[in-house]
Amino acid sequence: MDIVLLLFIFVLAAFLGFELIQKVPSQLHTPLMSGSNAISGITIVGALIAAGNVEGGLGQWLGFAALVLATINVVGGYLVTDRMLGMFKKKGK
Amino acid sequence: MDQLINIAYIVASVLFIFGIKMLGSADTARRGNQISALGMLLAVIATLLAGGFDWTWIIAGLVVGGVIGGVWAQKVQMTGMPELVALFNGFGGIASLLVGWAEEAHYLGEGKMPAVTSVAVALAILIGGITFTGSVIAYLKLSGKMSGSATVFAGQKAINALILVAILVLSGVFVASGQVWALYAIIGLSLLLGVLGVLPIGGGDMPVVIAFLNSCSGLAASAAGFVINNNVLIVAGCLVGASGLILTVIMCKAMNRTVSNVFFGSFGAATGKTGAQVEGEMKAISVEDAFYVLEAAQSVVFVPGYGMAVAQAQHAVKELGQILEKNGAEVRFAIHPVAGRMPGHMNVLLAEADVPYEQLCEMDDVNPIMSTVDVAIVIGANDVVNPAAAEDESSPIYGMPIINVHEARTVFALKRGQGAGFSGLVNTLFFRENCRMIYGDAKQTMTDLVAQFKD
Repeated sequence: MDIVLLLFIFVLAAFLGFELIQKVPSQLHTPLMSGSNAISGITIVGALIAAGNVEGGLGQWLGFAALVLATINVVGGYLVTDRMLGMFKKKGK
Repeated sequence: MDQLINIAYIVASVLFIFGIKMLGSADTARRGNQISALGMLLAVIATLLAGGFDWTWIIAGLVVGGVIGGVWAQKVQMTGMPELVALFNGFGGIASLLVGWAEEAHYLGEGKMPAVTSVAVALAILIGGITFTGSVIAYLKLSGKMSGSATVFAGQKAINALILVAILVLSGVFVASGQVWALYAIIGLSLLLGVLGVLPIGGGDMPVVIAFLNSCSGLAASAAGFVINNNVLIVAGCLVGASGLILTVIMCKAMNRTVSNVFFGSFGAATGKTGAQVEGEMKAISVEDAFYVLEAAQSVVFVPGYGMAVAQAQHAVKELGQILEKNGAEVRFAIHPVAGRMPGHMNVLLAEADVPYEQLCEMDDVNPIMSTVDVAIVIGANDVVNPAAAEDESSPIYGMPIINVHEARTVFALKRGQGAGFSGLVNTLFFRENCRMIYGDAKQTMTDLVAQFKD
């Protein structure tokens, strides 16, 4: 894909990100952080492509390591955030 | 097929956007997290749709990572949350580093990478590497496996600056010539920079560091997206980068410091200020006498700090709160934005102990009513209730917003000993006329107070 187009997407996403999270109550800071941390595990997509590369070699090993670590980040991040928010939700109901 | 995959990526990005948006409000937060998880699942499935993969590796990687992450998330104690978030962050960072490196490794033999891709590889490695080792150091500090205080040595800033310059030069070499040794050097130096960058930052500044590393892990993923020309990585990574940056700024504001001051000025050392000397003495009170005061109180505010987390006192605190409420007092929990070791740390602990959501107050809501409060109980908090921040212009923390417990009629400060807080400053609160110290383990003190009420 054209690099300028990718940069365009990047810049727009940055502005969107700033707009989305201007006012977050402080009790949600931790879940927001751990939830967005799980999203940063999106690098799992790159890891999948690298680990599944049929050419093998060093690249595949690196991809495999990336895949394991990114999966821990994604699965662990989402589950722990859900656990935390589950405790928040019980309140006052 | 390519088009289908890209459309799925767009849908996944939209799900992330909604997910983050919903995480920002209490009613929708859990749903938001699930929606963003759905987006992640979609992105993974779409990627696999392309086919032509070596499936053994993929399945093995997903299973191993999934089991480790799943078990970890279930087992962790809420008190261990800051270090876990730090560690997961680090994993995301190193994964992005490896993705960049793997792309380079696959390129070998196919000639030189396009310049744009090599720039992205260098960036993914630089940011990912710093995120990884920085997070690991933060993890070690937070979990107590390493001293939480700032580790400072002469010429630290100069060395860090030198490393950064070296990385930039090597990146230039790598982009221009495609030499692999330059890439290895960048990997090594980036990892080193993460270590040296976080070492001089002390425990009390950890909320800023964690928020910042969170932002970095997103940017690293974004850089990895430029490496493999993938727009879902770019969008999702950038969203995280932006949200992490906002949190970082919020945390800094809550400490009345700038981002650069946290990262480059080890606390206190830079200003040379020590604050005015305090006259008077700290007056202790027994649990029994404290009980009589509490029994008569109409309005009580708890101010928890990192000490509550260390003593694991949140359940005992909640029990005392309940008893006081039954006794007719109005009970609130006042939470300073940087109390604890990560943004929102105290909220997580009190939520775990089942403290009702409505009793958790933000600093700005509780300060105006502080003068009507009968008893303020400070549990292992120190700098965030130091009146010097409001009154003493020579104090290094002057200007930092605090919870004005000194305006309450009576203040009980629960403390292990007579030492100073993270900043190393003397807390003038403890010498005030209306302040009484209750020494000892916070959890034990709470339990003793509860027992007094039950007798």
